Amino acid sequence: MSLNVLASTLGTVAPTQDESHFPPSPEIFWQPLFSIGSVSITRVMVVVAFSVALLAWWLLATTKRAAVVPSMGQFLTEGVYGFIRNGVAKDMIGSKEFLRFVPLLFALFVFILVNNLFGITPFVQMPSMSRIGFPIALTLIVYVVYHTIGIQKHGVAGYFKFLIPGGLPGWIKPFIFVLEFITFFITRPLTLALRLFGNMFAGHMLLVVFIVGGWELFNAESLFLKLTALPSWALAFAFTLFEALVQFLQAYVFTLLAASYIGGALVDDH
Amino acid sequence: MEGNLSLVGYGLATIGPAIAIGLIFAAYINGVARQPESGRLLQPIAILGFALAEALAIFGLVLFFL
Repeated sequence: MSLNVLASTLGTVAPTQDESHFPPSPEIFWQPLFSIGSVSITRVMVVVAFSVALLAWWLLATTKRAAVVPSMGQFLTEGVYGFIRNGVAKDMIGSKEFLRFVPLLFALFVFILVNNLFGITPFVQMPSMSRIGFPIALTLIVYVVYHTIGIQKHGVAGYFKFLIPGGLPGWIKPFIFVLEFITFFITRPLTLALRLFGNMFAGHMLLVVFIVGGWELFNAESLFLKLTALPSWALAFAFTLFEALVQFLQAYVFTLLAASYIGGALVDDH
Repeated sequence: MEGNLSLVGYGLATIGPAIAIGLIFAAYINGVARQPESGRLLQPIAILGFALAEALAIFGLVLFFL
């Protein structure tokens, strides 16, 4: 209920065009599937819950009877797991302490990948990371983890001393401390969440523009506009392939940066 | 002439990340051209640099809508 109030205060866009349906105000976008009391279930929640169920079934089914000669499912799962364990965790965190964090990194990567790929899956077509709440939740997990790991290793006072790299002249230390503080506590979580959100939001909107715009062109009166619908749909196909690449890349980069922040907190000196 | 000034701002904001991504991948191609075996080693660094530079372009796009 309070979200609608917030949305109406944010929706201070005065319509400057003649049409009455453009631009839409934020309240139009709050369309939950159903509400139980004050809890609303939206489409995106259903997609995320479905992705969790799908992942749980896939991972359990492919590793249940793990044999030395793997089946196809086990081979695929082990391929992805090995990619995260060796390529991301061991490289970014170091070979001594990386095993502790591989479950978190693997879970992040697979969860984000599946949810991103739902953006181009037919009949689903909802990249759940394009709603800002989900990247924020994942970023909060990574944020708590890398600060806790740093404080565990260096102690609370030592953690703030760790923020200043060694070998600096004394007069510059306060500035560096402020900069590093802002980086560690504000910039890193903000950019981590906004990067994932922005890429998924922008990609989804691109696809919507080309597909729905093509449909609108197709329904126009003049023949020329009807013909331009076909290149629009061809571009939509090309952008779907590009979007698949971007989705995989964003899942990989989120995991890579999470591993990098954890590794950075574990290193002995800055 | 009507329009949105933030769209002009977004257009200007894409110059920086575009140059940055070009520089990053130019460095990656140079490194792999000098020593082809280093491709596997340099690839995570190139992807990391690309994502960090593209984040700024994405901020511009997101802030345009705010």
